[in-house]
Amino acid sequence: MQIYLPIAEMATNALLLLGLGGFVGVLSGLFGVGGGFLLTPLLFFIGVPPAVAVGTQSSQIVASSVSGLLAHLRRKTVDLKMGSVLLVGGLAGALPGVMLFAWLKSIGQVDLVVQLCYVVFLGIIGGLMFIESLAALRRAKKSGGAPARRRYRNWVHTMPLKMRFRVSGLYISIIPPVLVGFAVGLLSSIMGVGGGFIMVPAMIYILHMPTKVVVGTSLFQILFVAAFTAILHATTNYTVDIVLALLLLIGGVIGAQFGAQLAVWLRAEQLRILLAGMVLLVCFKLAFDLVLTPSELYSVSAVGGH
Amino acid sequence: MRALLIALLSFLPFLPAVAEETVVLGLSQDKVSITTRFDGSNLLIFGAIKREAPMPDGPLDLIVTLAGPTQAITVRRKERRFGIWVNAEAVPMSQAPAFYAVASTAPLPEILNNVDDLRHTITIPRAIRAVGATSVAQDVENFIDALVRIRMNKGQYQILEGAVRLDEDTLFRTEITLPSALTEGVYPTRIFLLRNGAVVARHDAVINVQKEGIERSLFEMSREQPLLYGILSLVIAVAAGWGASAFFRMIRQA
Repeated sequence: MQIYLPIAEMATNALLLLGLGGFVGVLSGLFGVGGGFLLTPLLFFIGVPPAVAVGTQSSQIVASSVSGLLAHLRRKTVDLKMGSVLLVGGLAGALPGVMLFAWLKSIGQVDLVVQLCYVVFLGIIGGLMFIESLAALRRAKKSGGAPARRRYRNWVHTMPLKMRFRVSGLYISIIPPVLVGFAVGLLSSIMGVGGGFIMVPAMIYILHMPTKVVVGTSLFQILFVAAFTAILHATTNYTVDIVLALLLLIGGVIGAQFGAQLAVWLRAEQLRILLAGMVLLVCFKLAFDLVLTPSELYSVSAVGGH
Repeated sequence: MRALLIALLSFLPFLPAVAEETVVLGLSQDKVSITTRFDGSNLLIFGAIKREAPMPDGPLDLIVTLAGPTQAITVRRKERRFGIWVNAEAVPMSQAPAFYAVASTAPLPEILNNVDDLRHTITIPRAIRAVGATSVAQDVENFIDALVRIRMNKGQYQILEGAVRLDEDTLFRTEITLPSALTEGVYPTRIFLLRNGAVVARHDAVINVQKEGIERSLFEMSREQPLLYGILSLVIAVAAGWGASAFFRMIRQA
């Protein structure tokens, strides 16, 4: 079933878009990632102009985050206090990020920087998570039960401005979460994603939050950063395609529900190893694209608008 | 594709002083409406050649062009640097049509001379204006070739040699397929009558490509009320997310 997208100015298959949204939605509910790091390249692939893909998928992420967040709220696996602290940092980071994005766009290097960001961050995060969760899985098998919870005491615990995060069971300084939020906000506005795939590992490995809480809290933060980004894209670049967004999010919200259900059945280590594998796969694909000789050396871009 | 009736029949002789032959044009439609179900369109351009005097000597040829709105674009070329491919040289083109189709009775180099090509900007490279581009890169030609190649692959530029049928040197018809990725705007249509490589008559018409219905309102809202549009997209997103969540809970409880 073909449908014409008014802002992207192209016709495409509605069922394909529903399917894409659904697939990304499952990941969103399962891992607490917005799925933008997969959806954006997938939209490029079916021919949606990059600017429209980036602008539109932020509103799609809002929908799937709401859907996933509600499921997590009901299970009380959202640390609202931690989420708010991260959000403050995130919004502060999004603004300079958008300015940087505009500058890179004007010199024609935005695609390269975005791709390099993806390769570097996906590579580091995916690699670390894969090794760590593999070790955790092995430990769990050997001891025949859940690994003993370690008490972490590092630089995160020695800073001032301490705050108690009851849901996460943490008593730490608010400086690290604000910095994490800022970094994610900066990167996500450049990379055109919610930033969950950076946020989730940062929460686990830097803030040492329990994995069960991480997903819901990440969705909470992503929801607001994505909403902010969507408004920004709609008002400055006119690149939010509401018809495209609607099709993606119908698939997305349904997928997110299934993902959230699936997450209950999987163990934390398995969840992490799956996400790590996913992240590494996208990383390798993008790295290959950068190194391999492209079939078309030239590219056409519009001056102003899209 | 839809069949529309004849919408336009006009008599507009070009070069009135010398023209012994004029073009009478018919279009299958003078308006293309982009609706939600739009998936490309076939445009039939047909007509007749009217003569006041006996037919001059020499073979008669015809060129039909259909152009989309022009845009300022930048063409970039990648180069390998430090092992990876990065955008290096860039050539700005002040005017490039978003769509351009040129249909003719025979291969263009055989029926059109350079002077008239230049004057009427008929062939695709002539239709693209790369003003001020020469200072940026030395091989601007390669960039123009690349633009034509990329857009031809997408069906945005079309060279349809031999696609114009001419019957008894009087009746002509051709069909141009508009791609589904169509830019809104006024599409000038031109018909050139040629003898011995020179243009002897020209006829101009326009086709309006317009978004209609909900496509039109959404597009206008996104431009005129961007904040409202952005909020609307968020409201839809939140409602859909909440709706799906509530719906699934209902299913599980039932």
